[in-house]
Amino acid sequence: MTDILEKGGITRRTVLAGAGALVVSFSLLSRSLAQEATQPPAPEPPKLPGSLDENRFLDAWIRIDADGAITVFTGKAELGQGIRTALLQVAAEELDVEPGDIELVTADTGRTPDEGFTAGSQSMQNSGTAIRHAAAQVREILFAEAARRLAVASGELKAEGKAVIASDGRSVGYGELVSAQMLHIEARPQSSVKQPGTFRVMGKPMPRVDIPAKVTGGVAYVHDLRLEGMLHARVVRPPSPGARLANLDASGVEAMPGVVSVIRDGGFLAVVSEGEWQAVAAMRALATAARWEEVATLPEQADLPAVLQDLEREVGVVSESGSPDIGDGKTFEATFTRPYQIHGAIGPSCAVARIEGERLTVWSHTQGVYPDREAIAEMLGMPLEQVRVIHMEGSGCYGHNGADDAAADAALIAQKLPGRPVRVQWMREQEHAWEPYGPAMLVKVRASLGGDGRISGWNYDLWSNTHSTRPGGAGALLAARHKEQSFTPKTPELNISPSGNGDRNANPTYVLPNKRVLWHFLPDMPLRVSALRALGAYANVFAVESTMDELALAADADPVEFRLRHLEDPRARAVVELAAERFGWSNAAPPSGRGRGFGFARYKTLAAYLAVAVEAEVERETGRVRVVRAVSAIDSGEVVNPDGIRNQTEGGILQSISWTLYEAVTFDDTRITSIDWSSYPILRFASVPDSVEVHIIDRPGEPFLGTGEAAQGPVAAAVGNAIRNATGRRLYDLPFTRDRVRNAIGA
Amino acid sequence: MAISLKVNGATHQIDADPATPLLYVLRNDLSLNGAKFGCGLGQCGSCMVMVEGEAVLSCVTPIMLLEGREITTVEGLGTIEEPGPVQEAFIEMQAAQCGYCIPGMMMSAQALLQKNPAPSEEDIRNALSTNLCRCGTHMRILAAIRRAGEVMQSAGMTSTNRRTG
Repeated sequence: MTDILEKGGITRRTVLAGAGALVVSFSLLSRSLAQEATQPPAPEPPKLPGSLDENRFLDAWIRIDADGAITVFTGKAELGQGIRTALLQVAAEELDVEPGDIELVTADTGRTPDEGFTAGSQSMQNSGTAIRHAAAQVREILFAEAARRLAVASGELKAEGKAVIASDGRSVGYGELVSAQMLHIEARPQSSVKQPGTFRVMGKPMPRVDIPAKVTGGVAYVHDLRLEGMLHARVVRPPSPGARLANLDASGVEAMPGVVSVIRDGGFLAVVSEGEWQAVAAMRALATAARWEEVATLPEQADLPAVLQDLEREVGVVSESGSPDIGDGKTFEATFTRPYQIHGAIGPSCAVARIEGERLTVWSHTQGVYPDREAIAEMLGMPLEQVRVIHMEGSGCYGHNGADDAAADAALIAQKLPGRPVRVQWMREQEHAWEPYGPAMLVKVRASLGGDGRISGWNYDLWSNTHSTRPGGAGALLAARHKEQSFTPKTPELNISPSGNGDRNANPTYVLPNKRVLWHFLPDMPLRVSALRALGAYANVFAVESTMDELALAADADPVEFRLRHLEDPRARAVVELAAERFGWSNAAPPSGRGRGFGFARYKTLAAYLAVAVEAEVERETGRVRVVRAVSAIDSGEVVNPDGIRNQTEGGILQSISWTLYEAVTFDDTRITSIDWSSYPILRFASVPDSVEVHIIDRPGEPFLGTGEAAQGPVAAAVGNAIRNATGRRLYDLPFTRDRVRNAIGA
Repeated sequence: MAISLKVNGATHQIDADPATPLLYVLRNDLSLNGAKFGCGLGQCGSCMVMVEGEAVLSCVTPIMLLEGREITTVEGLGTIEEPGPVQEAFIEMQAAQCGYCIPGMMMSAQALLQKNPAPSEEDIRNALSTNLCRCGTHMRILAAIRRAGEVMQSAGMTSTNRRTG
């Protein structure tokens, strides 16, 4: 196992360090660049496509060995979203080889480019775009070299079987064509990428390359990593966020079978054993032996709107135009809330760490190997270059969960036991209680209709924490906060950005000439929060799209037609029209106990377009809501793997149904009380829809827009709108639990 | 005192505390990756295996109860080169996102299909009542199990001709 994971001993750093100045012969340059080169040199380096802009050398992305072995490097990580397969498709298309000819190396600080976090549905835009252009440029270089050697025009060559072939049958293998530093050149801004009509691999469904091992018991996750001499560790977390360790007598635990070490570093407690079950038993004993002083630090859950408003310290203007208070017709005013919600990975967070000499290696399902490395190095006081973080898959994370914390736990424990690899896995209760949650939010909307049946004024106020407390610094890690020499988290700052954070999708895609959108920013975080799939877009789209439905009713308009009335972007209109058509949208009365609901958003107001129509049934006696069917349409730009887009979108729809109908973190004034699947219920098979459809609008030649998070907000809204349609009552507070539904409809 | 466990047709002498849940023995003593730790509470089904044809939560079943009984994990359903019908169907329907819960789903499905090769939609949903999926792969999981049922039926893999214990 170690050999497999650590092969390819040459690191990217040594490659880069060993390289001299860049010399590119003009014969390799395209005509367009040759023309540019006659102009005066630009003061700034040219903007390169995707993540090439930050990692500019071709060989940071693609390596071809003398034996023809092709390796592609990405700084992004497979999270179960299928990125490994889609990136292979992109690389194979542009390199003119088969996906199976390529070894893809994902996020590893020792080998791959630094692409920050695998987050925000940006892997295709950033890494996919970079690999596509790098591969196209490598292919051009190979063809130019083959043309020179075979003394034929490049246009008379074709690629087959990892070789360049002339029309007379002579061929040269890719491996033979590449010489030492040939690919160690900076990428150019333009590339001759394949034209959509000529695709062999892209745009076609490709079975996920990781699924066969996952269904047959192969090593697929960091949880499955077994290193020689590996020890098993468990941490003992405080019983509540504000608790301090008063005293501990660990002697009984140290004497337990298999226990190698009991670790106490300030308030950080862990046990290390030869066997995993022994570690679990020792963890329980240690938890019993520890005495904590608990402090009531949590807010009043039942009064969340007031709590959030009290925490406001600053206001940011997200968008402002015209006169938002204008309106001579009907006005709709409402307050919406979203609770704290968990990521809830089915497999609790896990990591393996090992100190060898001066060097630390950590295997982690982190979303950001480079930022995690920096945080861990800071926590341990180690030089950055002595720490390597290697991504291995975990259970699906859907954002910033316990992954980085588990990596830090393993690293801190491994530092105290040099030479022995240490595997840490969290318990279910720890994952539920300690992962950073998706932040609670409050939204107040006041919108009015004009005499022309259009929205005349729009006031939108949201209250939220930041939605990202990722590393960034050791203070982001639980272990670093709890240890004796502790680190404190950075104070979050209000930042209004185009893609948004808590304010993501607060500014609707609809044409609203008179609007004011404000983010009331809450720097204090009574509960630990960070990025959960879609960030603020989940609650904001829910609020915006609920409002759109109420305004449509006030305007006596069909909800779909009312949306189209306010949409100018043809791609936005296209998904709305397609979802409505495939659903069979109509205003005929729904069957008794059922309702129809619609939702739309352009994710981040600048990425994928998604519209969804749902039919839901509402049991009046119990308040139980079930989505019977959902029909969606998505445009995420040029399609690489259509089945990947479908799979991600189906998943987003079902996960959002789960969030929307069932999920809320619960707590008293001191402790988190939702600590397992019984106290934090999620969607079960009995309640999944009868059918879910995903219709894709392909946009050949357009940029990749990303897919993974587009459904979260629109689905929440569509479910709420369907309940409104079925019962005549609108629900303003997520989730739509049975009690809330029953109370709303007065059953 | 060693306990004798019969896993995927092979007998192993396990030297462990008899109270150890089967899951830990499968993963650590036998290096089998299929069964996963999800909750340790019997709430999520990631650790599901079959014991004599019944779906059993291995995270809460101590090995002392399993001496000499036929235990099947996902590794016993087939291999990556020669996947069994349930595995084949999950690959064909691309019924995984992160895939962590999937082996548990497959074991619940296998136990169902061995007893009832032509299950109704309700039968399938009931058989998966303790299995949780967080990625939202439910529709594909249901489709894969329907597909596996068809394949097993046409291959005559019914309860009288079962593939595994």
